Amino acid sequence: MKTIAEINEKIRQGKAVVVNAEEAIDLVKEKGVKHAAQHVDVVTTGTFGPMCSSGIYFNIGHSKPRIKLGGGRVYLNDVLAYPGLAAADVFFGANALPDDDPRNRVHPGDFNYGGGHVIEELVAGKDIRFTASAYGTDCYPRKRLETWLNIKDLNEAVLFNIRNAYQNYNVAVNLSDKTIYTYMGVLKPRLGNANYCSAGQLSPLLNDPHYRTIGIGTRIFLGGSVGYVAWQGTQHNPNVLRTEAGVPKRSAGTLAVIGDLKQMNPRWLVGTSMYGYGVTLTVGVGVPIPILNEEILRSTAVTDEEIYAGVVDYSDAYPNLKPDIVGEVSYAELKSGRVKLQGKNIPTSSLSSYSRAVEIAETLKDWIKRGEFLLTEAVAPLPGVESGVAFKPLPERPLEI
Amino acid sequence: MAVSKRVVLHFPRRLVEQPVIYHLVKDYNLEFNILRASITAEPEEEGLLVLQLKGEQEEYDKGVKFLLKSGVKIQSLSQDVTRNEAHCTHCGACVTICPPGAFVLDSKTRKVRFEDEKCVACGLCIKACPPRAMEVHF
Repeated sequence: MKTIAEINEKIRQGKAVVVNAEEAIDLVKEKGVKHAAQHVDVVTTGTFGPMCSSGIYFNIGHSKPRIKLGGGRVYLNDVLAYPGLAAADVFFGANALPDDDPRNRVHPGDFNYGGGHVIEELVAGKDIRFTASAYGTDCYPRKRLETWLNIKDLNEAVLFNIRNAYQNYNVAVNLSDKTIYTYMGVLKPRLGNANYCSAGQLSPLLNDPHYRTIGIGTRIFLGGSVGYVAWQGTQHNPNVLRTEAGVPKRSAGTLAVIGDLKQMNPRWLVGTSMYGYGVTLTVGVGVPIPILNEEILRSTAVTDEEIYAGVVDYSDAYPNLKPDIVGEVSYAELKSGRVKLQGKNIPTSSLSSYSRAVEIAETLKDWIKRGEFLLTEAVAPLPGVESGVAFKPLPERPLEI
Repeated sequence: MAVSKRVVLHFPRRLVEQPVIYHLVKDYNLEFNILRASITAEPEEEGLLVLQLKGEQEEYDKGVKFLLKSGVKIQSLSQDVTRNEAHCTHCGACVTICPPGAFVLDSKTRKVRFEDEKCVACGLCIKACPPRAMEVHF
């Protein structure tokens, strides 16, 4: 029906018809799928939630005399980084902690400061304390480096999140008698609350359930600027239970995303503390979906009533890798504030900000309408249901002495 | 005219053993509900009471004067737990944590309202808030 090249030409001319995934729902109700698909060129999606497998890599440039960070020790604001690369290149993750953080020694730990917060401060343009020690070589003789660093001083500063934008996720509950502290928040005993983490009908991969348009090389909104899908995210698991419309009912696909940290904004990369669990980064991701045919448009009109999630007990089933679920609920029920499980009426809490997700979808819409953002054709697809890619548990083989 | 207020009372060491609240009832006809009580080991202040006080405006004012004269420090509760609007991302994690339900998710805007008149300063939201937007000042 349409090609991305045609849509991009309309974008260049300022004539593209762009709506967000919520508006797509109403449009289909009004005009039906056929006419809506002819009328709409792009549907934008968005999500803003804690995404733990996030981090950055950067290059600090050479000091005088030179120091070899690779194989040494590096800290950013006393939070541990990973310098296992070349002399001036460093990886740094959202869940990293200071060496002296007490963690859960007195449970539940506060986890007030860590990688996610450092990343937010770096993006916000704050000076960061960079401290490093190295073993010294003839070509890189220096053994210590302590300096303030600003994102402007870095050569490259790249956000590289190896798993973001989960396609659906568990709903977390607690069947035990004690409050538990998890990455899905504080869970109250005896089904005291049910926590979910997804933008539902606005969520990128839930609007393209079979990865027809979203693939490697797709240009996206990331952290307030332009980014790209680099690869499938870790734990990408296309072969899960799906509805007849193909919408996953369990956590399925994921994206590895990449972008220039220097262009990003701390409004969309927020350092986050999960009480009793750890530090992470809340990331803003938005993906545009080119409406190439009716099927694609139909998928973007998915509603919260049609998206289901599995309810998992985080007191026993989750930690012990048991596959049981407590039930299945729709995002419409979750967003109503109450769900029915085991005969009880349970209050729900989200960890993902829907209002921020709307803001992302609207921002992306605005960029496209103004001709500032062209869509890309994926250079390779994400593994689909037939690919055989699956998220396996660890096949543990104990070491023998 | 009847009033109902939530207050935070700080008692100096010397008053901890005195029946101060008893006088609020007996002399000023105020109904009280204890929301939180603790005796701290702080050298400067020894007793903390978070109360809901109800009664006639005139009697309430007299009761407050009595407390102040006795050396009790009074603060209105709604000033004690605040939300840093710049940090709140409206995720909604707080909604099910708050015992009196002071956080309400607006079904239209999907933003979280902090209805601080309902707050009893229990402090559960402080650490449960992922972007740590909630702050408590005692």
